[in-house]
Amino acid sequence: MRNGVAFGTGLVFALGLGLGGMTQPARIIGFLDVAGQWDPTLVFVLAGAVGTHMLAWRWIRRQRHPVLAAGFQIPRERLIDTRLVLGAALFGVGWGIGGYCPGPAITALVSGHPVALAFVGAMLAGVALFDLTPLGSPRALPARPAQPDTAAQAVPAHEELSAPTDA
Amino acid sequence: MTGSTILSSLLGGVLIGLASSALLLFNGRIAGISGILGGALRPVAGEWGWRWWFVAGLLTGGLAVYAVAPGAFAIAVHRSWPLLLAGGVLVGFGARLGSGCTSGHGVCGLSRGSARSWVATAVFTAAGMVTVFVLNHLLAGG
Repeated sequence: MRNGVAFGTGLVFALGLGLGGMTQPARIIGFLDVAGQWDPTLVFVLAGAVGTHMLAWRWIRRQRHPVLAAGFQIPRERLIDTRLVLGAALFGVGWGIGGYCPGPAITALVSGHPVALAFVGAMLAGVALFDLTPLGSPRALPARPAQPDTAAQAVPAHEELSAPTDA
Repeated sequence: MTGSTILSSLLGGVLIGLASSALLLFNGRIAGISGILGGALRPVAGEWGWRWWFVAGLLTGGLAVYAVAPGAFAIAVHRSWPLLLAGGVLVGFGARLGSGCTSGHGVCGLSRGSARSWVATAVFTAAGMVTVFVLNHLLAGG
């Protein structure tokens, strides 16, 4: 059942990326090209996505637990550190080069275009490379269990939100 | 940019927001693509299967888009192969180091009002803008 939800949400996510033009690297580069012919498409996609998810979140955060799982796995990390900033900066440089972020790149695999295939191959190599570094080890950060994408602890949303928020 | 492009972009965004919300509401998971990918490459029992189902969903959705509008995957950006590959590595490595990408920080994190995600989104957008300025204007071509 949870796998079905994962499949369905992945499918709708890809439809949204395609409809929003996010699978066209030229649109991303156009958004980032503030000195050229600026393309605001991404702003509208982000507004639609954040607007929708923000409204949903206001309701979801009041649920004791997810419909199909014991707890919400929401990042609790609050520290703004070098790791966050450096990672985002490296990501941004790669994003500006290829015009692909991970979701659209994976989705674009179906086009069979060599550029998409090569980019995804390199991207997965980048992920694997990170896992080889000490930071990529699951045991590297014992005091920070709430990294959003490693071993996040399951906590009910209300518990997560009882802590001071960082916003 | 035409009115219909604005509408389809907004609608596309709404679909992304709905998908992210459903994954959180039903499975309690953040729809951060780089996190999902990172976990998919590192098998942990119970943590692994759903990620591949999500990726399969992305690909199936991609096929549907391709069937209706193959132009949605047009690549009008020309970078040299070494540069393109370096870009891919940076996106994969940077997203993992920074604990998220455009979906995890840019959509999910901003929606929850996470300060970390606001910083990450500002930094990767600025870095992307500088990169495009250097490649497309200073070096003209890349």
